Amino acid sequence: MPPVVEMTGVGRAFPGPPRVEAVRDVDLTIAEGEYLSIIGPSGSGKSTLLHLLGLLDRPSRGTYRLDGVDVSTLTERRRTRVRGERIGFVFQAFHLLPHRSVLENVELAMIYLRVPRKERTARARATLERVGLGHRLDFDPITLSGGERQRVAIARALVAQPSLLLADEPTGNLDSGNAASVLDLFDELHADGLTLAVITHDDGVSARAQRRVRIVDGVMSDVAAAGVVA
Amino acid sequence: MTLRDLTGEALAGVAARPSRLALTTLGTVLGIAALVATIGLGQTAAGQISDRFDAVAATRVTVEPGETDGPDGQVALTQLPWDAPARLERLAGVESAGTFATVDIGGDAVRGVPYGTQEQTVPVAAASAGLFEALGAQVSGGRFFDEGHDSRGDAVVVLGRYAADRLGINRVDSQPSIFIGDRAFTVIGILDAVDYRSELQDSVIMPMTTARDLYGLEAPEVLEVRTELGAAQLIGRQAPIAVDPNNPDLLDVSAPPRPGSLRDNVSADVNGLFLALGGLSLLVGGLGIANVTLLSVLERISEIGLRRAVGAGRVHVAGQFLVESGIVGFLGGLIGSTIGVLATVGVSVVRDWTPLLDIRLALVAPLLGGAIGLVAGAYPAWRASAVEPITALRSG
Repeated sequence: MPPVVEMTGVGRAFPGPPRVEAVRDVDLTIAEGEYLSIIGPSGSGKSTLLHLLGLLDRPSRGTYRLDGVDVSTLTERRRTRVRGERIGFVFQAFHLLPHRSVLENVELAMIYLRVPRKERTARARATLERVGLGHRLDFDPITLSGGERQRVAIARALVAQPSLLLADEPTGNLDSGNAASVLDLFDELHADGLTLAVITHDDGVSARAQRRVRIVDGVMSDVAAAGVVA
Repeated sequence: MTLRDLTGEALAGVAARPSRLALTTLGTVLGIAALVATIGLGQTAAGQISDRFDAVAATRVTVEPGETDGPDGQVALTQLPWDAPARLERLAGVESAGTFATVDIGGDAVRGVPYGTQEQTVPVAAASAGLFEALGAQVSGGRFFDEGHDSRGDAVVVLGRYAADRLGINRVDSQPSIFIGDRAFTVIGILDAVDYRSELQDSVIMPMTTARDLYGLEAPEVLEVRTELGAAQLIGRQAPIAVDPNNPDLLDVSAPPRPGSLRDNVSADVNGLFLALGGLSLLVGGLGIANVTLLSVLERISEIGLRRAVGAGRVHVAGQFLVESGIVGFLGGLIGSTIGVLATVGVSVVRDWTPLLDIRLALVAPLLGGAIGLVAGAYPAWRASAVEPITALRSG
């Protein structure tokens, strides 16, 4: 079984001027079922790394294998497809569609994967129940609390059964209570065998992960094993 | 992604902002409404014009001698026979027929009575007895000359009303005379009004035979025919054969067009103008949709980014905005079409007209609106498809 993520010598440079090497020579492996956090201050290159991991951007150098498949050479069309099927995104800003029900927001993640309509609804419902929002199916997201909104976003990321859940500052817009409940949910998902990568600048958030890497000025280094393991 | 999903997403996108939807459709609503109403009113009005088209115009046939190039390069000439009115009046559908000609009086002066009043240059015309009826002429005093006067070549005249003024004659009960050169003519009537050939109102009119005998008139110039309603086209075809059976092609006949073709011509004129106005409003409506859709794309950048993140390709994003603007255009077309039909009916009721509207117009108009929406959405859709998901997701 190949690792979920296998990056070798990956670099991403933005042609200037001035030319910026946002990520330099990154070797990163994420095994199946692993809970990784990537920590770094703003401007460190962690957003670029997130985009590379999420197939939103292509590396300038190096190779990236996702589930053993080299995705750095795929066509744009194939990459879009792989992104929809294998990556689940959770954003700081939730990015939920207003005026669409919670259920529809979660179903959205399956529309482009040609999941049949009935199956979409059933899976969305089940996933929302899994994240504890079974009673909010018909609500408009703008009426929900921040924590609930992020749970909807997590349900949307999970519903297509991705290989990797990528979370970008998932607690950045939440108060501490809601943040803690989202992190608790991550722990539960991890315990169920989900592979997670959480990108954050917050030590408290990153400390919840099983393994931590730090990125500074585009260079990645390991952080001593976390003291807290769920 | 199935077409049904695409439509569903687009419908939801449109329905999410109802007040904006109303404003966006406004331009198309107005454009389509203007188009449908103007075409509808154009058709309706043209129908009324045709219906009320002067019955006199529809019953007038004129025959004039023409000239044609003969086979050997000579110009073939023809003349109207003196008895042309009699030949025509035998045809079924002819109510009356008469000939007209201008008379050359060789520089003679026309004077009224008493003899010696100022000389007047008054045109002199010749008419057969039937001409007055054929032109719908009316007398203000006296009478027109008849077949008897004409066949005898009597020295009688009818004065056009303006000619009568200039010659100082305003009553005919005392049988006044005028002089043309040295010849005296008895004025038996004053012509008040005619439907056509208003030059007769300026003229001294004498019988054909009189003009032929006294002034050497060679032939009538024009044959005027009044037909029964609806017979004009038939008479137009038969008249040249009746007048000159040997050379019917040499005669120039003018008959009113068929009512149908007349209506079509009027409709085309009216609709041309109206269509230009409707098209202009549609252009404005299309620009409105393009503008608002473009604004919507910029506003929904993060939605676009999210859709790309969950596996939507560029083509899906473009398709969604295209279908959204198509729906907006179609809705606008639907509402506009309804308003246009109602406006046509409303105006018709007020003007007491019979509303005429091609049903196909009411059905095609919404589709036209949809097509305009699609065209208007093309550029915004392209812009949406070009959005990079990274940029879109970065902003909060």
